Amino acid sequence: MPDPAQPIIQIRNVTKRFGKVTAVDNVSLDILAGEFFVLLGPSGCGKTTLLRMIAGFELPTEGQILIDGQDMAGIPPNKRPVNMVFQSYAVFPHMSVADNVGYGLKIAGTGRAERDERVREALELVKLHGFADRMPDQMSGGQRQRVALARSLVMRPKVLLLDEPLSALDAKLRAQMQFELSELQDQVGITFVTVTHDQDEALSMAGRIAVINKGEVAQLAAPSDLYEYPANRFVADFVGSVNLFEGKLTLDEADKAAVDCPGLGRVYLNHGVTGPHGADVWIALRPEKIYLHVPGEGKAIRAAAQDAPDGYNLARGQIKGMSYLGDITLYEIKLDGGPMIRVSRPNLSRRDQEHFTWDDRVSMHWRADSPVVLLN
Amino acid sequence: MALLSRRPVAPLEYTRKAWMRLWIAGVMVFLYAPLLVLMVFSFNDSKRNVVWRGFTLKYYEKALNNDGLIEALVNSLTIAALATVFSVVLGAMAGLMLWRFRFPFKGAVEGALSLPIIVPEICMGVAMLIFFAKVQWPVGLPWPLNLSAITIAHITFCFPFVALVVRSRMASFNREQEEAAKDLGASEWATFRDILLPHMKPGLIAGALLAFTLSLDDFVITFFTSGPDTVTFPVKVYSMVRFSVTPEVNAASTILILLTIALTAVALKLQGVKAIADAH
Repeated sequence: MPDPAQPIIQIRNVTKRFGKVTAVDNVSLDILAGEFFVLLGPSGCGKTTLLRMIAGFELPTEGQILIDGQDMAGIPPNKRPVNMVFQSYAVFPHMSVADNVGYGLKIAGTGRAERDERVREALELVKLHGFADRMPDQMSGGQRQRVALARSLVMRPKVLLLDEPLSALDAKLRAQMQFELSELQDQVGITFVTVTHDQDEALSMAGRIAVINKGEVAQLAAPSDLYEYPANRFVADFVGSVNLFEGKLTLDEADKAAVDCPGLGRVYLNHGVTGPHGADVWIALRPEKIYLHVPGEGKAIRAAAQDAPDGYNLARGQIKGMSYLGDITLYEIKLDGGPMIRVSRPNLSRRDQEHFTWDDRVSMHWRADSPVVLLN
Repeated sequence: MALLSRRPVAPLEYTRKAWMRLWIAGVMVFLYAPLLVLMVFSFNDSKRNVVWRGFTLKYYEKALNNDGLIEALVNSLTIAALATVFSVVLGAMAGLMLWRFRFPFKGAVEGALSLPIIVPEICMGVAMLIFFAKVQWPVGLPWPLNLSAITIAHITFCFPFVALVVRSRMASFNREQEEAAKDLGASEWATFRDILLPHMKPGLIAGALLAFTLSLDDFVITFFTSGPDTVTFPVKVYSMVRFSVTPEVNAASTILILLTIALTAVALKLQGVKAIADAH
């Protein structure tokens, strides 16, 4: 049993260059034993390269990768204590499900009886009992993925690597598999490292997420921290949807701060920022944290806004666009000061979306603890 | 019966259109009528073989008792078998190399490899003749060594076909399968044996069929490379036809056709027709 305090994977100053292109740029990460770790980033950010370096299919140009304390330099993929679930699943088409799952054990020289037993267990684990004799071309994409999962899990690896595991599934199945993967990880207690470009997938499954941008780690945090306290504009924008406004820090005390944003006005915060006075900063504001109402309705709120740092921020504008998504409606609102802002509103009753429509004048407010101040 | 029903012809149902059926029938006649006539006339009880004069099997008897013809047939089958085995091994290696690796002058290597396919057979034949003369390839050796020159020549023009088929087959291979096998602990050799080879198999069988038939019926190159005392089946038939087309030639040809069909059927049975069709 690995020591939970000791990181199972240590990535130390790893850089990978393909010719002149730097795919991974001086990344250092610790992945803890037993956690569900997600590498999240846009396509081409280097996250898959990083995963493939852990598996041994690519070699780092610089730096070091340790698995369970052992340096992986010079150790080929077939000798590493990790297993991978490939994006295409890579199920062997000419082998039955049982032969696929048992392949690694057969190579390892495990005896027939034990092999059969472990294959049966693995298939049960991924809910594929009764499929042992099927051929892969008789199975759906979701089932093939389970075969790939079982094929890796049966090896009892120290770390299971998953490359975009859900990208080829349809939306319903993907949501279901997100739960199942998390559950499975709980059950087997193996460290999972997943690569994905899908923020929903990352947020729903991960214990911790490393957001990768241009080969570097943009932020490493738990899902809710990542969403609520993004460290920079890239993370704020990539994880979820966000309104970004450039402004100047005009007030910065221990328990309150204010940022003057052209077009939006003064944005109050109920906490200090600890940045230099007059510094250029950005305000990040999530669409769902903005409340929408008919002008005049907000009188009571305006009263509350008198001492803004603890209360509410206000803005006015006109609806220029809306898209009805069923559970919520998204509004594009042109602020009186010029810029556009996005607001989402839950449709709490059946006819909620009829409340606002194109060209309506609206006012908005948000709590003083809602905006995030970003220094870069 | 869908074909006989009065259902209106859908736009893409070409096989139910009269002009298309006529065309297909025409193609079939031109392709197979000569072969059928050849086979039917092998049973003709006539020396001149122009008019049908009744059924007989005596020309089969005659053909099978013709030692020269049988020797030629055995030679041809031996050469074809050897050429097939070597072509498949060499062709598979060449095809794999072209699919898998990037190396300098790859285009030139590819071009050179397909040269034996492109170059007119007569040039190949002459080139081979000069080559074997220049290296003073020994002649007059005992069987089967007397077939070595022809066999080498056949391998030369057969293996590029295998290489092409194998290469196009491998184009559909998902490299992640190879990585998955290694990820599960397989060595380079085990990966080749368990993952690459099964994928390659339809291509290998298709390539082997190609090589076998190409070698079996090759006339030009064989004619130039055969020594004075080694005769293959096509060369022998040619020399028999020079005097007259007797039903004996028909009988021998019919035997060869049936043999080829049987071999192809066995190969298709072994692999499944669909997989071989997929290979192309």
